[in-house]
Amino acid sequence: MSQVMLPAKRFVVSSVSSDAHMWNLVFLQLLLEEQGAEVTNLGACVPDELIVEECRRTRPDVLVISTVNGHGHLDGLRLIRRIRSEPDLADLRVVIGGKLGVRGAENIVYAEELALSGFDAVFEADGGIDGFQEFLATLENADRPALTSGAAA
Amino acid sequence: MGFGDLATMREGLLGVRAADAAAVGTITLDSYTRVNDHDSARQALRTGAELNGFPLVAHGPVATRRLLGEVSGDGFPVQVRHGSALPYPLFEAMVAAGVDATEGGPVSYCLPYSRAPISEAVKAWARCCELIAAQPEPMHLESFGGCMLGQLCPPSLLVALSVLEALFFREHGLSDISLSYAQQTHPGQDLEAIAALRRLAGERLAGADWHVVLYTFMGVFPRTLVGSFRILEESVRLAVRSGSERLIVKTPAEAHRIPTIAENVDALEFADAIARDEAGRAARVSTPAAGSGSGAAHGSGAESGDEVRATDSGIYEEARMLVDSTLELAPTVGEALIRAFSRGHLDVPYCLHQDNANRSRAYVDPGGMLRWAEPGRMPLRVDRGGTARRPVSAKGLLGMLGFNERRFDREQLTHGHFTSRPSISARSAS
Repeated sequence: MSQVMLPAKRFVVSSVSSDAHMWNLVFLQLLLEEQGAEVTNLGACVPDELIVEECRRTRPDVLVISTVNGHGHLDGLRLIRRIRSEPDLADLRVVIGGKLGVRGAENIVYAEELALSGFDAVFEADGGIDGFQEFLATLENADRPALTSGAAA
Repeated sequence: MGFGDLATMREGLLGVRAADAAAVGTITLDSYTRVNDHDSARQALRTGAELNGFPLVAHGPVATRRLLGEVSGDGFPVQVRHGSALPYPLFEAMVAAGVDATEGGPVSYCLPYSRAPISEAVKAWARCCELIAAQPEPMHLESFGGCMLGQLCPPSLLVALSVLEALFFREHGLSDISLSYAQQTHPGQDLEAIAALRRLAGERLAGADWHVVLYTFMGVFPRTLVGSFRILEESVRLAVRSGSERLIVKTPAEAHRIPTIAENVDALEFADAIARDEAGRAARVSTPAAGSGSGAAHGSGAESGDEVRATDSGIYEEARMLVDSTLELAPTVGEALIRAFSRGHLDVPYCLHQDNANRSRAYVDPGGMLRWAEPGRMPLRVDRGGTARRPVSAKGLLGMLGFNERRFDREQLTHGHFTSRPSISARSAS
C-alpha cells in the first residue's frame, strides 16, 4: 500500500443481547479492516450495558450492530433507545443490519421503526452488502479525515 | 423446530409425529431463553411479539409437561434444543417438565454462543449433568461438540471436542449420551471423520450407552429448493453409510427464514425416503424405486457414480492426540478443557469468544476438503506446502462460507435438473 494512511476510522462491531451468531461479525471485521478501519469486535450475545460502556470508552466513529437471529427488531429497538437516552451517546453514529425479524423478505417492515427510533441506517439482509458499502463511502466525507485505501470486498 | 406459542408448538410436534418418517420430536428454544433472559421472553408472550423459538422457562414446567403429555410417548421422544452456556435454570425446568433429551456441553454451548467464561460454563454443566444423573430416569444428553460454529472447523477438532464433552458427561455421572458431527464440505472426509468419532468413542466410552448423531450442514445453505434437498440428501446418505443412529435435518427455508411446520415435515419425509433408499443400496437390494432415486442419475462431484469412499487423512490420529494431550493438562476433564483453551492447546478457528485463542485458521482446499491453514498453538503438524497461506480476506471468507451453497446451487444450473426432472415427487415417481 503506497497511499498515505490517514487516521483510521474506529468501529465497534457487535451482536445484540440474544443473538449468538458469529460469522456475520467475523466477516464485518475483516471487511472493515481491509478498508483501513480499527475494529473492536464484541462478539455474540452482548448485553446492552456492555455495548454502551465500550462506546463510551473507545468513542468509535460508528457502532455497527449485526444480527441474524430474527430478534433484531426487538433487541435492536431496546438497544438504540438505551443508547439515545444517554446524553453523551446521543450523537453516536449507529447502524444495524442483518435478518431483523423472523419473516424473511417481509422483515423490511421493521426498518422504519428502527430508523425512527434512532438508528442512522438500517440494512435488511435481503438488500445485500451494497447498502452498507455505500454507507461506508459516505463516511469518507464525514468530519474525520477520509480513508484512502478503499479496496471494496 | 420451535415456535413461541404453545398451540403452534403442539401443532408442529403432532405434525412431526404424524410424518411418514422415523422421526424424533424437537423443541427449539428461543434466543431469550438461551441467554436466561426469561423476562424478555415473558414480555414477548404478553405483547405477542414474535419469538424465534419456544420459551420453555417462560411457559413453565407445568405447561410444558402438559404439552409433552399430549404429543410425546414411547415411540416419539422429544428433544429440547437450546444453545445455552449457563443452562441450570433451563435444566431444572426440563427435568420438572419430563423432557426426554437435550444437548450441548461446556465448550460447544459456550464458545460459539455466549460471553460466559468457559470456567463458569464448566461449573454450570457439571451441575446440570449431576442434576439429571440424580433422576430416576435421566434425560439423554448429546454433546454438540461436533458442530462448532457450524462450519470451517476441521474434522479432527470436531471429533476431539465431541469425545471430550462425552467424557465430561461421563465424569459427572451420565451414561445415556450421544456424540455429534456436522456435515462439512466433503462427503469422503465426513465419512472418515465419523468413522474416527465412532472408533475413538468406542475406545474411550466403555460402559456408556452411546450413539452418534449427524447434523445436516449448518452453515451458509443453498438458496434453491433443489439445492437444499440435494445437500440434505447428501447428509442422509452420509448418515446411513457412516452408521449414524440419528440425523438432524435442515429444510429449504434454511437460507431464508425459520421453517414452517409443513417444511419441517417435508424435510423429514424426504430424509426418511432417502435413508430407506440408501439402506437398500447398501444391502445391494435393488428395487425400482431405489434404482430411479439413486445418486448416480442426479449426483455430481464427489457423489456421482458409485459409493463415496472415506478419505485417509489421519483424522482419527489427530483427534486422539488432541484428546489425550488435553486430558494430560489436568486431573478432571472439565479443568483440562479450561486449561486447554486458555493456552490455545484447543483453538476453534474464527471463534470470537474471549476464552478462545482465535489464532488457528482453516480453509477449504480446491478439492473441497476442510484443512488447517494455521494451527495457532495447537499441537498439530500443518502442511503449508512450502508457502505460508495469506490471511483470509472478507471476500475469501465469504467464498469459503458459501462453498456448499455454490456446490449445490450451481448443480442446478449445470446439470439441468429443472428441465429433465421437474421436482422431487416426479423424480421418485419416475
